[in-house]
Amino acid sequence: MSSNVSDTLVLARRNLKRIPRQPDLLIAYTIQPVMFVLLFVYVFGGAISTPGFDYVDFLMPGIIVQSIAFGGFVTALGLSEDVKKGLIDRFRSLPMSRAAVLAGRTFSDILLNCLSLVVLFAVGFAAGFNFIDTTVGQVILGLVLVLLMGYAFSWIFALVGLFSSSPETANSIGFTLIFPLTFASSVFVPAATMPDGLRQFAEANPFTTWSDAVRSLWIGTPPHTDVWMSFVWCGALIVIFAPLAVARYRKVAAR
Amino acid sequence: MTDDAIVVEGLEKSYGNVRALCGIDFAARPGSVLGLLGPNGAGKTTAVRILTTLLEPDGGTARVAGLDVVKDAAALRAKIGLAGQYAAVDENLTGFENLEMVGELYHLPRAQARARADELLEQFDLVEAAKRPAKTYSGGMRRRLDLAAALVYRPPVLFLDEPTTGLDPRSRLGMWETIESRTEEGSTVLLTTQYLEEADRLADRIVVIDHGNVIAEGTSDELKDQVGGERLEVVLEDVGDCEAAVAALAEVADERPRLEGKTVLAPVRRRSGVIADAVLRLHSAGVGIDDISLRRPTLDDVFLYLTGHRAEEDPEEQSEPVEEVAA
Repeated sequence: MSSNVSDTLVLARRNLKRIPRQPDLLIAYTIQPVMFVLLFVYVFGGAISTPGFDYVDFLMPGIIVQSIAFGGFVTALGLSEDVKKGLIDRFRSLPMSRAAVLAGRTFSDILLNCLSLVVLFAVGFAAGFNFIDTTVGQVILGLVLVLLMGYAFSWIFALVGLFSSSPETANSIGFTLIFPLTFASSVFVPAATMPDGLRQFAEANPFTTWSDAVRSLWIGTPPHTDVWMSFVWCGALIVIFAPLAVARYRKVAAR
Repeated sequence: MTDDAIVVEGLEKSYGNVRALCGIDFAARPGSVLGLLGPNGAGKTTAVRILTTLLEPDGGTARVAGLDVVKDAAALRAKIGLAGQYAAVDENLTGFENLEMVGELYHLPRAQARARADELLEQFDLVEAAKRPAKTYSGGMRRRLDLAAALVYRPPVLFLDEPTTGLDPRSRLGMWETIESRTEEGSTVLLTTQYLEEADRLADRIVVIDHGNVIAEGTSDELKDQVGGERLEVVLEDVGDCEAAVAALAEVADERPRLEGKTVLAPVRRRSGVIADAVLRLHSAGVGIDDISLRRPTLDDVFLYLTGHRAEEDPEEQSEPVEEVAA
């Protein structure tokens, strides 16, 4: 058991060491969310109506959910590269924990997501975001929820990375399957404004549940059942995808 | 037999319809170097992947260091080192960091992992590059680092899967010297290669595999004896002289010389003085020589002799058994 933890930490340290050495990754981590905030607040924001709220207040919880969900993408890219380069073969031939490579990845994603949150809040506050009608406890609960959701997505992306034959494939799976899902939700606009069909889809979409939950915690919208459903979604995704990813890891072969 | 470091019996593995291993047997004595020789797609890498617990066999058994590769996989991993075809190093980590990480994953205390990393960098001539990210390394340096990583824990059994494939001749020679000095330390080594020359130089015993079957086994001398040792090749100026040339060379050769176009091929066992002897005999027989050379048997010769087809240089594994040349 203790080797599980120490192996995971060794690998998490390895993943974090490469961040400053691969500046393009760091740029994706900081510039991209900033671009999204600016694009939606200043380009689309004027045309989107969010009764009772400034658009920036409505947007920030959603955009934070979207950005943090995609934080785990680093895991997909890193793992597909490790598979391709034969590093996974090396790890699998070592007397180390079978889950450590993946746990190390997903753990270092949490730290990267914290960094991402700092950047997002800095831009958000600069663009006029305010917490409304909330308490310190609720703000923290929102942060915990967002990070837990990011952690769940790291396991989904771990599976994507292990199934991809190259980082490019991982990229296209991520951006053709998962990215559109964030748009068919209340991340950027209220689901109530959507046409029938799409609206029902958006309401069932966990991205809507997460965004609305974080809004209820940070800007005082009615909570409904979103907060606890959000945690249920996170738990369910982890329970499903973590074992799938570990099972795939045990069989994955180079090339 | 039971105290052999590697024992493989009836090992089978298929990928869909492709039979990668059709029930192979071989064994390696402790402290010896076993060469697994074969062309691309012969099943060498599959065998190594099974022996290093990366892949489960469909049938047969394999024991490494006395441990079953399936049932005792977890315990076995502490006794093996693997250097694969890909130079599996983290390009964003320095040479030192790569070795330190592997040491820690073998659960060495950090100070010990670091000391071992320094020691290996020294042995593998990577001290100057130790603090540079591995992405700045040459192909030869990456392979050396990869091999060093396989040796961090001083494993009793070491697997080297085509350690020199893709290296230029100079780096290949350097790699051979490195492997030779490492294998003197008493580890049992299983080495796969496509190059007879490499197996010849590094291995005590050679197992030749083709299409998932063992087709020959022995020391390199035994294999060469089967193929006919070295070969004298004489290119004639005039094909009309061929009968006189064959007659003249018959006295030098071990077997009756063969004619291929304008070239007479004569298997010879001794090396020294053969060319001078042949030139004198051909000269006195009045045969004009365009070119003359003495050639060691290659993997192609071994294959041509053993299987009747060439060991084609096909870069893609699993895709080769299409064009077989009949004997």
